[in-house]
Amino acid sequence: MTGRIASRIAAAALIFFAGYAALFIAPDEKTMHVIQRIFYFHVPSWIAMFCAFTVVFVANVAYLATRNAKWDWLGVAGAETGVVCCTIGLITGPLWAKPVWGIWWTWDARLTTTFILWLLYICYLLLRGLIDDPEKKSTLSAVFGIFAFLDVPLVYVSNRLWRTQHPQPVILGGSGSGLDPTMSKVLLVCTLAVVGVMIVVLMDRYRLERLRHEFEELQIEVESRIAEAPAIARERG
Amino acid sequence: MKNFENLFAAWMVVWAVFFVYEISIARRIARLREDIERLKQQLREE
Repeated sequence: MTGRIASRIAAAALIFFAGYAALFIAPDEKTMHVIQRIFYFHVPSWIAMFCAFTVVFVANVAYLATRNAKWDWLGVAGAETGVVCCTIGLITGPLWAKPVWGIWWTWDARLTTTFILWLLYICYLLLRGLIDDPEKKSTLSAVFGIFAFLDVPLVYVSNRLWRTQHPQPVILGGSGSGLDPTMSKVLLVCTLAVVGVMIVVLMDRYRLERLRHEFEELQIEVESRIAEAPAIARERG
Repeated sequence: MKNFENLFAAWMVVWAVFFVYEISIARRIARLREDIERLKQQLREE
């Protein structure tokens, strides 16, 4: 309990400091000016999404290898949290694009592969809701989760492989790329804040899944006792 | 401060989406805890 409160306080402090750093410490970009500061929330939301979907991939592989339900809970927690981060990126992107490109959206390789990724993980979550048998649900969603993860590296390399409206990478983008040192530090703080919040949320979502499992087990026990009750009454009678 | 409203909207979106999602998880956890307690009570009574 103390650890949970401490993690929330740390996340809140990071959120506050990240907001201050992005608005007041980061230098003004020469061509886009104030709107470029969306970068400090837009990029970290994608980094958080990549982290969450990597957790899903690892959990899915581990579930298929061990059949331990805990990996399945981690998988669904990561998928839902990753979809939340992806949604944030898909909203902040157009808010940045409209004043800079003059359009909210375009179907270039980066944006399209990202939109497909969002749809794939929504399908992952919907698929789980369609199957009643717990083991079948976990196995099928693990297989689908591994398949969905194939789009993650494709999203990452899409603006390196194809010409896109989306800008070329400024981080790890080869020669000619790179950030001002102050911008890099602010980006690091903002990334820590967003990824930190994502981890807190993911852990809570995992707890929810654990409780759901406990509830289902209790429900089965109650139902079996109700079914046994007439037989016990007959034996006693 | 041209386009400041877009910057503000983006900043709000990030934390509002996380906040709403966290609230929804907390509510679902509270509801499940109530249900678990109810089932445990039912098992104790039988």
